[in-house]
Amino acid sequence: MPRSYISGLFGTSPISPLQQHMAKVQATVTELIPFFKAALAEDWDKAESVRQLITTRENEADALKRELRLKLPHGLFMPVSRRDLLEVLTMQDRIANKAKDISGLMLGRQMQFPDTMHAPLLDFVDRCADATAQAQTAINELDELVATGFGGNEIDLVESMIHKLDVIESDTDDIQVAVRAILFKMEKDLPPVDVMFMYRILDWIGDLADLAQRVGSRLELMLAR
Amino acid sequence: MMEFGLTFIILACVFGLFMAWGVGANDVANAMATSVGSKALTIKQAIIIAAVFEFLGAFLAGGQVTATIRKGMIDAELMAGSPELLVYGMLAALLAAGIWLLIASRAGWPVSTTHSIVGAIVGFAAVGLGIEAVQWAKVGTIVMSWVISPVTSGAIAFALFMSVQKLIFNTDDPLASARRYVPLYIFLVGFIVALVTMFKGLKHIGLELSILENYLVAITVGVIVMLIGIYFIRKLKFDPDADREYHFTNVEKVFGVLMMVTACAMAFAHGSNDVANAVGPLAAVVSIVQNDGEVSQKSVMASWILLLGGIGIVAGLMMYGHKVIATVGRGITELTPSRGFAATLAAATTVVVASGTGLPISTTHTLVGAVLGVGMARGIAAVNMGVVRTIFMSWIVTLPAGAILAILFFFMFKGIFGG
Repeated sequence: MPRSYISGLFGTSPISPLQQHMAKVQATVTELIPFFKAALAEDWDKAESVRQLITTRENEADALKRELRLKLPHGLFMPVSRRDLLEVLTMQDRIANKAKDISGLMLGRQMQFPDTMHAPLLDFVDRCADATAQAQTAINELDELVATGFGGNEIDLVESMIHKLDVIESDTDDIQVAVRAILFKMEKDLPPVDVMFMYRILDWIGDLADLAQRVGSRLELMLAR
Repeated sequence: MMEFGLTFIILACVFGLFMAWGVGANDVANAMATSVGSKALTIKQAIIIAAVFEFLGAFLAGGQVTATIRKGMIDAELMAGSPELLVYGMLAALLAAGIWLLIASRAGWPVSTTHSIVGAIVGFAAVGLGIEAVQWAKVGTIVMSWVISPVTSGAIAFALFMSVQKLIFNTDDPLASARRYVPLYIFLVGFIVALVTMFKGLKHIGLELSILENYLVAITVGVIVMLIGIYFIRKLKFDPDADREYHFTNVEKVFGVLMMVTACAMAFAHGSNDVANAVGPLAAVVSIVQNDGEVSQKSVMASWILLLGGIGIVAGLMMYGHKVIATVGRGITELTPSRGFAATLAAATTVVVASGTGLPISTTHTLVGAVLGVGMARGIAAVNMGVVRTIFMSWIVTLPAGAILAILFFFMFKGIFGG
């Protein structure tokens, strides 16, 4: 087998696997929107099949995560720190896990939210999916960052993306407060155990945006070195 | 006393060709790795460029390093009484280095041709002729250059990468900047290579010019190369849609043209430095035999020797090296032309300057240094430090291996031909 040592010099880049992982994660999160539509309409068959899809996507993301971790031996000389990279990967992974947990809990308990909550709830899920999408946009800039040696205009571009992510995240906080307020007004008339789980679902949806923001802030740490 | 004169020359030619063949078969691929890996040129283009410019480099600019290998490391005055020992030694060195390279490339060890031949010559000289026969000062300089060359090329690569960022990538319209500045880089490539070659290389083909004339010729060469480059850049078709996924797709197309020019420079540089490993000892044998046993430091080297080396390299490339180049092309992913260019030009410049100074250095080590330089500027997604360590460690093993084999062969030849 003819070979040259110089080609071994270039290790496998962790950048594009990380981006592929994030794409898978985002694909998982976007399925939450049809899932919520089905669940709120109490179409549990449809919800079941979307939930299947979410689980499959999440499993695929897990496989990518494992592969990337295995491909990242010590002794790689990289433009970003190994720790930051693995941290971003963990955050991304937790987003997909959270989406799976949300759909699992709602389906398992066949949860029914009060009608007045439906519109703001969908809004909330939608906005959180925006946050993860924005995190993905920023992560997709990593290869351009390497091309530019982490300098100049590209840094400004990514920083503005991260700033936009922060704005979206604070939006989701506002929506979360509003949705909780609606639930709070009605909680006395609802079965207490159901209410407890509704609050939990709201927390978890909010976590999606929080985790997306943490992906952004890790990325910011990568910029400044 | 030179009753075996013809036999010696024939043996030296065979061993020299064998060695040059080995350089073409294994080493050229390393020199072309970054160019092919950046996908700026196809495998076929890379092989054609390598064949043409390795040959030109060997023939036009290979003289200085060949002179060093031929007569720089051994004090020939001490050998005046027994020139045949020098012949045995040079034959032994060639055979030792060639066989060691064969073993090592079969086993997949990263070895340097330069280190094996230097190790072999110093080895036979120190043991076969006596410690005092070795020009230790010169050998020391060579060893120092092995440390300095990767560091220098790393620094140049870092600076080149940074300048590319500043002038092109970090501007409001990178594509427009690329079209403006890339021709200047192309000029730089042509100018440097031509200048160094003019200063040191061309005496043996009967060209001697003044310093001013050298500069004028170098500038002319640079401008001609630049105009060719501009023509190809004009011919490029840009597709704004392609930038959506990766924003610099069109910019990298412009760098593709630059990379092509740089690949020529690299092949030229490699030919100019590494041909000497094969033909240096051959030149020594030929000059001793032709001077009828008189060991002369002054005799001029015949240009057919460099020609033979060039032919050997191209033959190795055509028969086997093209396969290695193809593997390299597949093995390297995610190296863009802009980064490949910075690393390759830095290495080419360092090697061509070393060739002009007559220092035999390792092209592979220089290129590794350059790649690390771009890595330091955060320009490469992942560099495998384990491989870097193996490549740099290999010469510590190669020196004694070349030396021991050379000593064995030296005494073998002495036994066969008597001495």
